[in-house]
Amino acid sequence: MGIWIMAGVTFREAARKKILWMALAAGGAFLILFGTGLHFQAKDFTAHGMSPVLRREISFAMLTMGLYAVDLLAVLMTILTSVDTLSGEIASGTIQAVATKPVPRWQVLAGKWLGFVAMLTAYIAIMVFGVNAVTYVMAGVTARHLVRGFLLMWMESLVLLSVTFAFGTYFSTLTSGVLALGLHGLAFLGGWIEQFGALTQTQRAVNVGVIASVLMPSEALWRRAAFEMQSPLANAMRISPFSTLSVPSMAMVFYAALYLAIALLVAIRRFSQRDL
Amino acid sequence: MSRDSDLAIRARGLRKVFSGKVAVRNLTLDVPRGEVFGFLGPNGAGKSTSVKMLLGLIFPTGGKAEILGRPVGDVKTRSKVGFLPEHFRFYDWLTAAELLKLHGRLYGMPHAMLRERVPSLLDLVGLTPHRDKHLRDFSKGMLQRIGLAQALLNEPDLIFLDEPTSGLDPFGRRLVRDIIKAQRERGATVLLNSHLLGEVEITCDRVAFIKDGEVVETRQLNTENKEQTTVSIRVNVSLEVVNGLSQWTSAVRYEGERLTLTLSSSALLPEIVRYLVAKGADVYEVTPQRLSLEERFLEIVGSDGGL
Repeated sequence: MGIWIMAGVTFREAARKKILWMALAAGGAFLILFGTGLHFQAKDFTAHGMSPVLRREISFAMLTMGLYAVDLLAVLMTILTSVDTLSGEIASGTIQAVATKPVPRWQVLAGKWLGFVAMLTAYIAIMVFGVNAVTYVMAGVTARHLVRGFLLMWMESLVLLSVTFAFGTYFSTLTSGVLALGLHGLAFLGGWIEQFGALTQTQRAVNVGVIASVLMPSEALWRRAAFEMQSPLANAMRISPFSTLSVPSMAMVFYAALYLAIALLVAIRRFSQRDL
Repeated sequence: MSRDSDLAIRARGLRKVFSGKVAVRNLTLDVPRGEVFGFLGPNGAGKSTSVKMLLGLIFPTGGKAEILGRPVGDVKTRSKVGFLPEHFRFYDWLTAAELLKLHGRLYGMPHAMLRERVPSLLDLVGLTPHRDKHLRDFSKGMLQRIGLAQALLNEPDLIFLDEPTSGLDPFGRRLVRDIIKAQRERGATVLLNSHLLGEVEITCDRVAFIKDGEVVETRQLNTENKEQTTVSIRVNVSLEVVNGLSQWTSAVRYEGERLTLTLSSSALLPEIVRYLVAKGADVYEVTPQRLSLEERFLEIVGSDGGL
């Protein structure tokens, strides 16, 4: 079926992008750096006879930091690799040879989307499980709910992918990229405003954050992922920057799923109706 | 079968407006199956937009059209249609053979069929030695050739060729002509978009002149003997002999040693040459000149056309 042919060729196209390999190389370098840091830290802790509880908490905090870096890399990867696939191929005319084949346009778009999903899934899995493997080996610590955390980060990437696709059916590559990154930036900023609002118990600031998450739920998914993955003590003691003074609820996760589906449907609808 | 399904293309009042600018004003067109039909017009006349509307790539602002008896945009019909875009390009990391296989699969062709079809098409367009070369190493002409092969993969009933010879050397142009001829013999309908008049003149059965997004005139080609012919004769004769030519035609011009006659049929030509020789004239050269498409093109398009 056309959808799988498109998914296959898009996966190969995406997997060929230099940026992916750069990001994997950067990710590899990051894991080495991260592991080395953890190694020396663990040595020092033992030398100083630090209490195992505190050691564990600090290792957990390091793990969360590592995952946060992975999350940022995944966000950038998602937007930068996929932003050109629709607008670029429409502008260059590459899409014409495909769109005149006996494959409905929705399958062309959905196939492309699936190709990117496959590539991003592999990337995020390698990075998330890589960071966890490093902390496990160096400090005996892994995420509390690793799979849940991974799925939430994966979903964040899919939300951004779908939004980037939707923009790509309306705007040029550059505009789509600016819009998608800008929208995520808004969510990012909103997330921090919400955290500080909760810290200072300013309800209106919390509301600003919630509104930002409604406009773009990507960052909220990360914060939920952090909540699921970091130690229960850090969550309870509020000693991590991602704790959870204001944890995005499961309702927000469902909202994000709906948001993802709507963005994808908008992309399909627009792509099916526009001139190519 | 209805009468209309004998038509490969049927367009009624197709219109396309891009943000206030009219690209195609009113395209009404019937192309019977098996015909090689040319679209001729200056740049910006709306040729490519018209083709894209017929292919379902661009949605018309008004009017409607059918191809192969089905409304434009019908997904199933596309398995019987081939298209070479004006500037063919695709993922440059694919090899020539991979590109054809991929497009064949998009056409829904089974692997067994592609195993036969891909090598024979590579051979047809002269790319067999380059079958494993990546598209990024292809010249513009080679890309055009692989694009052409891609358009023929499914043995289409209807083929749209948008400026197929752009980027091709004379061998490539010859190849395109031969391919069009072979497709016609196979019974396929070809719509050729071109601004190269000579090419259209050689390959097409019929041509539509397009100006400002409208068909200004359609014209039958390849109908020698039925149509007016202009003949240029290099000859040395007296004025009385020239006047004697009025029994065949009134359109006579004699300047220097060149006699230009417009005849109702080229069948009159041998008779005229016999007359000239009988009158003792030395005939050095007889050149029939069909009223060239170019003159007609310039007449229709006007001096400002295409600029």
